Amino acid sequence: MTTDEKIIAIIAEQAMLEPGDVTPEASLADLGIDSLGLVECIFAIEESFDITVPFNANDPSESDFDISSVGAIIAAVKQLQADQAK
Amino acid sequence: MARVVITGAGTINPLGADVPSTFAAMREGRCGIGPLDILDVERLAIQIGGQIKGYQETDHFNRQQIALYDRFTQFALLAARQAVGQSGLAFSGALADQSGVIFGTSGGGLTTQDENYRAVYEEGKNRVHPFIVPKLMNNAAASHVSMEWNLRGPTFTVATACASSNHAMGQAFNMIRCGMTKVMLTGGSEAMLCFGGIKAWEGLRVMSKDACRPFSATRNGMVQGEGAGVFVFEEYEHARARGADILCEVIGFAMTSDASDIVMPSKQGAARAIAGAVRDAGIPKDAVGYINAHGTGTAANDKTECAAVADVFGRHADKLMISSTKSMHGHLIGGTGAVELLACIMALRDGVIAPTVGYEEPDPECALDVVPNVARDADIDVALSNAFAFGGLNAVLALRKFA
Repeated sequence: MTTDEKIIAIIAEQAMLEPGDVTPEASLADLGIDSLGLVECIFAIEESFDITVPFNANDPSESDFDISSVGAIIAAVKQLQADQAK
Repeated sequence: MARVVITGAGTINPLGADVPSTFAAMREGRCGIGPLDILDVERLAIQIGGQIKGYQETDHFNRQQIALYDRFTQFALLAARQAVGQSGLAFSGALADQSGVIFGTSGGGLTTQDENYRAVYEEGKNRVHPFIVPKLMNNAAASHVSMEWNLRGPTFTVATACASSNHAMGQAFNMIRCGMTKVMLTGGSEAMLCFGGIKAWEGLRVMSKDACRPFSATRNGMVQGEGAGVFVFEEYEHARARGADILCEVIGFAMTSDASDIVMPSKQGAARAIAGAVRDAGIPKDAVGYINAHGTGTAANDKTECAAVADVFGRHADKLMISSTKSMHGHLIGGTGAVELLACIMALRDGVIAPTVGYEEPDPECALDVVPNVARDADIDVALSNAFAFGGLNAVLALRKFA
């Protein structure tokens, strides 16, 4: 699986949707994922990619990790992979 | 219904090892939160807490006692010793049979569990000390206090996460009020500042890495603390007959369940508990001068709590004071309501309102008088203490000045 596919699979599982129904434009809220689901997604991403995601549930919008859409999450994970591989 | 008064108080918490030193710290707005000194702290993302510094169990307990007393039990015993000492009570005969202990705790002997899981899983040991079970059980603190002071009536432990102590004190209050008991030792204790205890909280992503700043627009999460608060709740006529020094009166209690979400707070659930406590106390809403807030410093709690207070009190919400002492001692989880009740007693008895320290910037969603950074002199008659737990369980106590 590619990085994109893995992240979409994680989000789809959390949203109880088929991966085909998770589009890059969708926000997690669009997919019915609440704050607990979001924290679980981030945990699953950290475990799958062996990265640390800077995220504080008190202020998701001001965390360095962009969670505004599925596509933004994919881009942020790729950035973290690049940064944390150094 | 019988009236209930408080005739003794004791504590050990990050601000002090007794009530006078805790009051002094609250008056000065001193913060007891700092770097954690625990095993494997370097593997934690959250490395601060309200830890009781300089604490040596061997200063207080012998080897046999330490084999049976987890840190949370030790804290409870130390606080109870102060509270019973202040009350001047001795328990024997009929009074012993009509006196009991109700404590709150969330993690119980979590440090004992952490140490022993480490021994069997990490170190590969195949044998543990024979007393691990009686040491880690949640009711250990209540049981040891009952044994120490011969309290032979209703004794048990309440575990409702962050509302444990308030639920415990609410039960103690109602047992005396309905005539079931004469004296209850009540409050709570927590000692969760171990690697596993903090690692679990880290997972939720609600902890601050730098400070607890309740109600401030810059708040970024909660900070854990540890310690205990124990009170002697006594039936008023019993206290009066023996000429006891009365710290304040307990006049109301209410508890509600949000029945909605396992972690997100609900304004309605909180408001129903606050309004319920005022109603139970039989006082007008505008009699409330101070609220010790749950005020965890998380985005969700503080705005929900302020909205609930505004809903219940209407225009009076702008006149009352509300502060969160968690900014100084951290969140003592199952013990937090007990230590926070001290701030209510200080407000009623000494006329000093403990501040919300670490306050940097107003948040329009928390637009109440949160007594920022500096303690304030004020003459108030009634104080409330809020506790809202994960699981949507809310418990609010109402206290009145005793004059």
